[in-house]
Amino acid sequence: MTAPAQPAVGHVTRVAAWRPALLRSLPLRLTVIVICVLWTIPTLGLLVTSVRNPELISSSGWWTSLLNPLAPDQWTLSNYQEVITSGGMGPAFLNSVIVTVPSTVIPITIAAFAAYAFAWIPFRGRGILFTIVVGLLVVPIQMSLIPILSLYSGASLYGTFIGIWLAHTGFGLPLAIFLLYNFMSQLPRDLFESAAIDGASHLQTFIKLVLPLSIPALGAFAIFQFLWVWNDLLVALTLLGPSTDLRVMPTALYALLGSRGGQWQLLTAGAFVTMVLPLLVFLVLQRAFVRGILAGSVKG
Amino acid sequence: MAVARAESPGLSRFILPIAGLIGLGLCVAGILVLIDPNGGSNLLAAIYDALGNSAGASDLRNGQGDQLFAKLLLAVIAIGVGVGGIWLLYLGVGGLVGTLRPTWRDRILPWVFVGPALILLATYLLYPGVATFARSFFDNQGAFTLDNYAGMTDPDMVETLRNNVIWLVVATGGSVLLGLVIAGLFDRVRREALAKTFIFLPLAISLIGASVIWGFMYAWEPEGQPQIGLLNAIIVGVGGQAIPFFTTNPLNVFAEIVIMIWLQTGFAMVVLSAAIKGVSTEIIEAARLDGANERQLFFRVIVPTIRGSIVTVITTIAIVTLKIFDIVYVTTGGRFGDDVVANRMFHEMFQFFDDGRAAALATLLFVAVLPVMYLNLRNFRRQQVEG
Repeated sequence: MTAPAQPAVGHVTRVAAWRPALLRSLPLRLTVIVICVLWTIPTLGLLVTSVRNPELISSSGWWTSLLNPLAPDQWTLSNYQEVITSGGMGPAFLNSVIVTVPSTVIPITIAAFAAYAFAWIPFRGRGILFTIVVGLLVVPIQMSLIPILSLYSGASLYGTFIGIWLAHTGFGLPLAIFLLYNFMSQLPRDLFESAAIDGASHLQTFIKLVLPLSIPALGAFAIFQFLWVWNDLLVALTLLGPSTDLRVMPTALYALLGSRGGQWQLLTAGAFVTMVLPLLVFLVLQRAFVRGILAGSVKG
Repeated sequence: MAVARAESPGLSRFILPIAGLIGLGLCVAGILVLIDPNGGSNLLAAIYDALGNSAGASDLRNGQGDQLFAKLLLAVIAIGVGVGGIWLLYLGVGGLVGTLRPTWRDRILPWVFVGPALILLATYLLYPGVATFARSFFDNQGAFTLDNYAGMTDPDMVETLRNNVIWLVVATGGSVLLGLVIAGLFDRVRREALAKTFIFLPLAISLIGASVIWGFMYAWEPEGQPQIGLLNAIIVGVGGQAIPFFTTNPLNVFAEIVIMIWLQTGFAMVVLSAAIKGVSTEIIEAARLDGANERQLFFRVIVPTIRGSIVTVITTIAIVTLKIFDIVYVTTGGRFGDDVVANRMFHEMFQFFDDGRAAALATLLFVAVLPVMYLNLRNFRRQQVEG
C-alpha cells in the first residue's frame, strides 16, 4: 500500500513544458486562487468570530466585521479568556498534552525495537508474525472497544491516563511497525555486517546506528500519531469516561457544544484552542508530514 | 547498560544496575500516583505538607487550591514514567539477556525486541477482535442468538446502512476527484507549495473541530432574524428561504459529507500530486506531439499512468469514511435520519447498553474492510517474493 513517491525526475524542464504563457494562464491562476479562498473561508469565519464582540456575533455575520474592521468595540480576546477558564479548555489542554506525548513516544519506541527485529534479527515465526501485523493495519478500532472497555473496568484502568496511553499504543502499533520496518529494511546490509565484525551487540547496533539513521521515519510517524491522538474523540469518550477532570481537547469541545450550544463566541474560540497546536506542528513540520503520508497512507 | 559495560568494566558495573533499580522504583511510584484518580493533587499536597504549608495541602485534598500545578506535576510524572519506563524496560532486559551465553542470548533477544509489541497487539487488537466477533452472537443474558444481525433489517437500521453507503461513495469519490483535479491544476502554477498548503491545512484539524467550523457555516436562524451562517446568508441574500441544513433529511447527510470532503481532499491531493510529478517527461512530450490538448493530456495520459496511486488513495479514504463517527455524533447525533454505523454502535454501547448489537455493528465494519486487508496482504507477499 505504499504510494509511489519518487521525486520528480527532470522536474524543472517538465514544468516549463507544462506551464503556458503568462496571459493564457490567467484563467488558470484565478481558478487556483478561488479554490484556495473557498477552502479557507470556513476556518477564517471561525477565527474572525472567535475574536468578535459576543453581542455582535448573534446580530450580524462575521464578514461584516471584516468589511468594517475599524468600527469601535468590535474586537475582543475575552472569548478566549472565558473559554479557557470557565469553559474548561485550559485544564483540557494540559490533559491533552498528558495523553498525547506518551501516546506518541511509547508506540514509536516499542515499534522501533520490533521493526528492527523483524528487519534484521532472524528468528522462528518472523514471517508469519509480520504478516499478522500487516493484516492488522486496517482492522477498525470499533472491533476493540467493547472487550477493552470490560477489560479496563476489571483492571481499574478505566478513566486513567495509563489506560489511554496503552490503548493508543496498541492501536497505533501496526502502522508504526509497518512504516519503520519499511524504512529499516532498506538500510544497507554492509552497515550491519561491519557493526557485527566490530563486536557490537544488537542492542548497541540498534541504539547507536539504526535509531539515528531512522530519524526521518520516526519523525514522520510521530507527527501522524500526534495528530491522531490529539484529535481523537472516540477513544477518549470510550476509555476516559465522562469525568470533567479527565477531559481532553475534543471531549472538552464536545462538552461545550452540549452546554453552550448556541454561544458561538465560546464554540469558535474553543474550537480554535483545540486546533492551535496541531496547526503549528503541521505548518512547521509540513515536509515531514507529507513524507509520512506518502510512506504509509493506511490507518486502521 | 550493555554499552557502558563493554567499555569500562570497573565502576559502571555497580553504578548502572543501581541507577536502573532507582529508575525502576521511581517508575513504580509514578505508576501508583497515576493510577490514583487524585494522584496529582495528593502528591502535591504531600509536598506542601513536607514544606510546612498544611493549609495549602488541605485545600488541595479538598479539590481546591493549586489544581493547575497538580496537573502539571502529573503531566511531568506521566511523561517521565511513560517514556522513561519503556526505555528502562528494554535496556534493562536487553542488558540482562546480553550477559547470557551466546546460544541462549541469540534465542531470547529477538523476543525481547518484539515481545512488548506482540503482547500489545494481542491485547488491543487480536483478542478484542475475536471477542467482539463472538459477542455479536449473544444477547445481554448470555444466550446464543442471531437477533443482533437480524435487527439490521429494521427500517432505521436500513436507513443507517444506506447512509453509510452514501458516505462511502460520495465522500470518497468527492475527495479523490477534487484532490485529483486540484493536484492537476496546482501542478501548473507558480507558488504551488503555498497554494497546496491552503488545501492541505484542514488535515491537521480534528473532525470535531471541523464540525464546529462547518456548523457555523451551516448555522440557521428562524425567518426574520439575521442569518449569521455564511451559506444561509447567501441564500437569503439572493432571495431564497434559509435552510436548516442539519435537520433536513436527506440534505443533512450530504451537508456532513461536505465536512469530510473538505478534510480529506488535501490528503488525496498530496499523494496524487506526488504521483503526477513522477510521470515522466517523455510520456507527456510524446502525447503533446501527438496533438493532445491539455485536458486530454491530463485525463487520458496522466490519470491512467497514476492509476496505482489513485487506488491507494481511494482505499485509504474509504476506510476512514466507513468508520465515520465524530462528524455525525457531534453535529446531530444521528437523530435526523442521518445516522451511520459507527455512531449507532456507540449509542448501542453507551445509551442502550446492548453490547451484542454493538458487536454485530463492529463486525459489519470489519467485514467491510476485509477486501482491503486481502489486497494489503497480497501486495506485501508479492513485495517479499520480489525482494
